[in-house]
Amino acid sequence: MFRLKNLRKSTKSNLITFGIVIGFYLVIQLLSALGMLSSSLSGQLVPICAYVILAISLNLTVGILGELSLGHAGFMSVGAFSGTIVWTTLYGQVPNWLGLLLAFVVGGAVAGLFGFIVGVPVLRLSGDYLAIVTLAFGEIVKNVMNACYLGYDSKGIHFSFKDAASMGMEADGTTIINGAIGITGIKKGSTFILGIILVILTLVVILNLINSRAGRAIKSIRDNEIAARSVGINITKYKLMAFITSAVFAGIAGVLYSLNYSSLVAKKFDYNTSILILVFVVLGGIGNIRGSVIAAALLTVLPEMLRSLNDYRMLIYAIVLILVMIFSQSPQVVAWRKRMVEMFRGRFSKRPQAKEVQ
Amino acid sequence: MALLEVSNLGIAFGGLQAVAQLDLKIEKGHLYGLIGPNGAGKTTVFNMLTGVYTPTEGNIVLDGKDITGKSPDLISKAGVARTFQNIRLFNDMTVLDNVKVALHNQIRYNMWTGILRLPSYREKEHQMNREALRLLKIFDLDKEASLKASQLPYGKQRKLEIARALATNPKLLLLDEPAAGMNPNETEELMNTVRSVRDQFGIAILLIEHDMNFVMGICEEITVLDYGRVIAHGDGKAIRNNPKVIAAYLGGD
Repeated sequence: MFRLKNLRKSTKSNLITFGIVIGFYLVIQLLSALGMLSSSLSGQLVPICAYVILAISLNLTVGILGELSLGHAGFMSVGAFSGTIVWTTLYGQVPNWLGLLLAFVVGGAVAGLFGFIVGVPVLRLSGDYLAIVTLAFGEIVKNVMNACYLGYDSKGIHFSFKDAASMGMEADGTTIINGAIGITGIKKGSTFILGIILVILTLVVILNLINSRAGRAIKSIRDNEIAARSVGINITKYKLMAFITSAVFAGIAGVLYSLNYSSLVAKKFDYNTSILILVFVVLGGIGNIRGSVIAAALLTVLPEMLRSLNDYRMLIYAIVLILVMIFSQSPQVVAWRKRMVEMFRGRFSKRPQAKEVQ
Repeated sequence: MALLEVSNLGIAFGGLQAVAQLDLKIEKGHLYGLIGPNGAGKTTVFNMLTGVYTPTEGNIVLDGKDITGKSPDLISKAGVARTFQNIRLFNDMTVLDNVKVALHNQIRYNMWTGILRLPSYREKEHQMNREALRLLKIFDLDKEASLKASQLPYGKQRKLEIARALATNPKLLLLDEPAAGMNPNETEELMNTVRSVRDQFGIAILLIEHDMNFVMGICEEITVLDYGRVIAHGDGKAIRNNPKVIAAYLGGD
């Protein structure tokens, strides 16, 4: 039956992706139990999860909706700041699990709200405009958060864009955001297992979305906007749906990232971070969610692993990027890989194999 | 009352009057042809009927409802479907998914049902698969259902576009040069397909075509457009002998 085979194929592919994530978790746990986990790698575990979520969510915009967004770090930033504010103000007053839950919900919701605000005017246009506006959005968020002072005392909340003194707080007031210094003294809330749970949650939501009625509508807009409209797709609605979902998960990743460190500064979420996430997506394969997961994990670890090479580190990193591009994209290499795969299949099994269509 | 009533329709792009004073009446279950030399404004008429362009004058009434200037997705919901002169498929999606996208407004479930995989998700998806495969079967495309649309040969891509248009459950189907690039055998086969679609679905079809054998062979009424204006209207025989039409095609004074 065609129908069953088709359903099974997409389910099977998704199961492999989940298997990779869970396998990664088990390997790390095993290494940790055996005492073989280096401290530099164990410090990278939560950032890996955060970057994986960022890459998956950006792939929804770039690969599935087909719009180039260069401001993913901006959504990460607004999510990180709002979630961290919730976490630090509630810390000690409510149970930790509730504080964490609220931090992630608020972080995701605020990022989603910004996705809506940026998306409504911009998604009516397309192509380069979206890239330019999202790029500007990321920079605006960075600069605004960099100059933002926020605190509270017995009289209530104080806020300023000038400096800490002009908030006019009482001596016993608490500063939450201190301009360029950002938020300091954050109690660690993120753990590796929490990161893995969030990665799986992101995968479930985004993979299920892609393989549903709404996901097909989003993909049809990518493939041919005029035809999509002609078959009755409300393109503004589905573009916004993809864009906001993408922003929500960027915000959640931002909260996960910031609760892993003791301080949070706006400068972290700059243009370079947006491009870094885009590199994960492009290298993993545009529209390929599993590729994003693998690329984000490997490329986050790689610079750390190359640290012993000192000055040559970024050089090697760049060469690896170029080699992966050639290996996965160059038509000759792709054809050569196909020949190799078929040769191996012919050698090890007599059964005719269905061709993989990627 | 006619299914589609177009009166005094016109559109100007800046100073260029592309179509003017177009009147068109389409009855349910009939086959109509729209012909004319290159640049006469035929595709522009289709673009106005489907909401791609907003007419600058006149109005379009479908089944008693005014759809003038509505957006393409609303016009699709109202019951007008189309194919394109230069094929516009969803190339990176499977043949099956191309049709399932077009079932968007026929079989519905919301975003959360999809994300949370609620029981109705499976039921509705099965219903969509059945319906899509039924449509593909009519066009002999069911064996290619899992291929990407871009992997289909040209003739089948044209057929898939028609299948996709039919999935929106239209009252009126607009075909923009369906036989373009086809050999005589394929054209013959397409004529039969178009006729059987009309009979099976009981819908009205309006088509643009340059292949005169095709148009004369299946259209019951033909409208001839030249420089954006109707120069003749009638059945095949009347059109063939109309001096204005001959002049428009062969050049005259």
